[in-house]
Amino acid sequence: MKELICITCPRGCHLKVDDDLNVTGNFCPRGAMYAKAELTHPVRTLTSTVKINSKVADRLPVKSARPLPKELIFKAMEEINKVTMNAPISIGDVVIKNIFDTGIDIVATKDILK
Amino acid sequence: MKDIIIIGAGVVGSLLARKLSSYNLDVLVLDKENDVGNVTSMANSAIVHSGYDPIPGSLKAKLNVEGNRLFPNLCKELDVSFSQIGSLTVAIFDEQLPMLEELANRSKENGVEVKLLSKEEVLKMEPNLTSEVKGALLAPSAGIVNPFTLVVHAMENAVDNGVKLCLGEEVTSIKDNGDFFSVITKKNTYEAKVVIDAAGVYSDKIHSMIEKIDYEVKPRKGEYYVLDHYGKMLVNHTIFPLPSEKGKGILVSPTTSGNFIVGPSSEWVDDKEDLSTDKPTLVNVKAQAQMMVPNIPFNEVIRTFSGLRPTPSTHDFILGTAKSNNRFILASGIESPGLASSPAIANYLVDNFVSKVIKLTPKKDFNPYVRKRFVPSKMTSKERNELIKAHPEYGKIICNCEKVSLGEILDEFSRSVPPHTIKAVKKRTRAGFGKCQGGFCQPLVLALIASNYKMKKTDVLLDKDGSYIAHYLTKEAK
Amino acid sequence: MINRDLVIVGGGSAGMSAALEAYSLGVKDILILEKNDYLGGILNQCIHNGFGLQEFKEELTGPEFMTRFSKAVNEKGIEYRLNTNVINISKDKVVSYSNSEEGFVEIKAKAIILTTGCYERNSGAIQIPGDRPSGVYTAGQAQLYLNIYGQLVGKRVFILGSGDIGLIMARRMTLEGAKVLGVAELNSYSAGLNRNIVQCLQDFDIPLYLSHTVKEIVGPKGHIEKIVLAKVDDHFNFIPGSEIEFEVDALLLSVGLVPNVDLISRLGIPFSKTRGAVVTEHMETEIEGLFTSGNVLHVHDLVDYVVSEAREAAKGAYLYLNNKLSHKGHMYKVSPKDGVNYVVPQKIYIDDAEDKLIFKFRVAHPFKDINLVISEGDRVIKKIYKPAIIPSEMEIVKLDKSLFNKENENIFVYVEERK
Repeated sequence: MKELICITCPRGCHLKVDDDLNVTGNFCPRGAMYAKAELTHPVRTLTSTVKINSKVADRLPVKSARPLPKELIFKAMEEINKVTMNAPISIGDVVIKNIFDTGIDIVATKDILK
Repeated sequence: MKDIIIIGAGVVGSLLARKLSSYNLDVLVLDKENDVGNVTSMANSAIVHSGYDPIPGSLKAKLNVEGNRLFPNLCKELDVSFSQIGSLTVAIFDEQLPMLEELANRSKENGVEVKLLSKEEVLKMEPNLTSEVKGALLAPSAGIVNPFTLVVHAMENAVDNGVKLCLGEEVTSIKDNGDFFSVITKKNTYEAKVVIDAAGVYSDKIHSMIEKIDYEVKPRKGEYYVLDHYGKMLVNHTIFPLPSEKGKGILVSPTTSGNFIVGPSSEWVDDKEDLSTDKPTLVNVKAQAQMMVPNIPFNEVIRTFSGLRPTPSTHDFILGTAKSNNRFILASGIESPGLASSPAIANYLVDNFVSKVIKLTPKKDFNPYVRKRFVPSKMTSKERNELIKAHPEYGKIICNCEKVSLGEILDEFSRSVPPHTIKAVKKRTRAGFGKCQGGFCQPLVLALIASNYKMKKTDVLLDKDGSYIAHYLTKEAK
Repeated sequence: MINRDLVIVGGGSAGMSAALEAYSLGVKDILILEKNDYLGGILNQCIHNGFGLQEFKEELTGPEFMTRFSKAVNEKGIEYRLNTNVINISKDKVVSYSNSEEGFVEIKAKAIILTTGCYERNSGAIQIPGDRPSGVYTAGQAQLYLNIYGQLVGKRVFILGSGDIGLIMARRMTLEGAKVLGVAELNSYSAGLNRNIVQCLQDFDIPLYLSHTVKEIVGPKGHIEKIVLAKVDDHFNFIPGSEIEFEVDALLLSVGLVPNVDLISRLGIPFSKTRGAVVTEHMETEIEGLFTSGNVLHVHDLVDYVVSEAREAAKGAYLYLNNKLSHKGHMYKVSPKDGVNYVVPQKIYIDDAEDKLIFKFRVAHPFKDINLVISEGDRVIKKIYKPAIIPSEMEIVKLDKSLFNKENENIFVYVEERK
């Protein structure tokens, strides 16, 4: 039996998972999904910034469009730190395509118009 | 070769420089700090005492009373906030009433107008005082001043009139060459015919660079609370307890910016750089203050700080010359009431000692006024509108808590003692002085400093060398 | 003087949400005044995800969340001024503001919604003994430097206070190359959300020191060099011998947020324990037509709740502008009792209220296995079982207005131990 705190939403449910990956303590189905994923292949959404050439901003906020495998987080940061974007940028613009062949893009999370 | 070097750009050094700038002299001011008025002159009660308290006949008594009289005009010329709100020294116990009378007599001896008030009279003036109050001594001439701008504007006026100021110059030794001195700093060597030691807590150390001295200047720390301006008048006067051998005691006072100050403690420290605060001392300050003003809203505290009094072992200001050379002039051990006395100290030293060793010819074009500053928050709507129309940068507010405009900050950069650090901007404009303590405006002020001096944002300092704010850039190649 | 129906002070998430709601209810003469040169307020620097699960049923970052609102404000053509600082609000609802283009302007507003957010408690307010060097920041200030300006405040960091911004910054600074040595919390429980303890601290092996605080800041040369951490007992007194020293180049403070009520603090209106104004069911202060919502009223843990509360205020402003708020009839006084720290609103004019009464409150300390009770006088209206409840999670209870029968003037919210 493992105990986990669900991080899917701010509610923070206290989950219990048995050896057969049966989950209890979850308020919603996402809690069960989280617990199973956390015990088999934990993932996290990565948020950071990249450099940008812009008249109004020094940094562009970005995120992984979907949660990345946890073990790739620091490696992804190394790639993110190398990127420089040019304004204008819109939310969702791809900053790094398919990072480490995960099928997940790093995307802009803010409109920077000039 | 300079005519005069002043060591120390505190309130005494700055007012001396200003006074000397009214004569045809080549004057240089050196200070180890990155801004003027950065040690004792920055961290004190900001009170222009009336002079009721010093021992009659002492330099402190004479110069405090004289200084107090000079303040109204001085602050007009230098565009400094000053308000003669008067002080109340309160007796809380019956046995203190005779001491109050004794103090009233001492005041008269010092030439200070005072008035003894009954319990009813004092409570009418100050309803937030403890109902235990038994009586008080009112000194109407006591005032409050903005000590930060007093020093900055005095030095600015001095520089406008020809004085040279070098900051970040720590004096390490002085050589007496007979008819001139070599003043050696960590960076340079300067020469001057006359040296004035106005080095505050270090004044004994500077003096001892040219001869053996028989006194010391020990730092005596005072810790304070600062309360926000919270829309109510806690007290209308500066409230003192009866003085003791430890000094004037813990006061409660409004400041010129509408805040309230509570303190100072009084503790001897060995380290002349020790500006730390500690909990037991502050708890004691609180308790002492509450004896006079029970309902101080300590939840409105926005900052605690401490300052160092340069306390001389002689118990009086040390004003005069070195024994070995009368061209080495002393303004040493200027503790309280140093701020109140400072303009009189400058006059006293120039008239009695500088004039003896160097010829003083008045400068024809000396201008006692600083260039006018615009402060939108103190203007009427109409004036404010006209100002913003002519100078739009006064419309944009940078510091929300204190309503400081971009125009006010930019104006300081254009002056002759411009700010180089976050703290120097804060002292001049009050940006970052409010309840958020720069939480919102500090990055903006930092960017303004960086752009004005064309420096990297990561190199901007809070205050001293090494006091970086946000020293690293992200995403930089390793 | 210019006349306006509705002036909204602050263009963050609360202000924009209030404007959009008022607009959709039919108020068209709206002006938003915003001090920064962008809308969205603090969310611009909250680049982490976790916003919008209630509002949009998806997980967004702060900038994404606020952009949905700012786009809507622009699409509807709701008027706003940027770089515009409100200097004063008077009792008769004259709003004075300053900017570079228009100068100093006074507007007579029929209704005002104040949405100026909050500010962080800082080192001045919490009075940590020791030196006052550079290198001590509020967590939000460090966040602004990092996320907006790309400046890292330090590389060996300690965080005092387990508020969410501090936890989020522990992760952010770690990802950006800093070593976060630990987070200390004075209380025996965290002030932040559980999920942030997991994903911001545990993920990165950052220790959380509960019942600990910073005893001294050491930085005599001008920049912070060291902190002394010490354990405290139940009365928050230091336990001798428990000191641990950390060599650091930055100390972040995440020790609480305070409603930024500056503009209304001198109007003589009452304030509550939240340090926000006392308000009615429509978030109206004692000055009729002056509404306040979001973090300037009480500090929320989720922006989703901020925007829904702002809508309540907007509804109030709409009703007020249409003379539909009576301020009459039966008035309830809403008060916290045992175990509850505060309740918003503090007053309910039941005849003015919407069909659902919304109570927002926090417990005073953590509880396990209790009932939350809402009563009218002694009559229990609602009991809600809670297996666990902590102060950092705001509770929201919505109850049908019809449950209240005007027999008593008091509504109480309290914690009841289960037998």
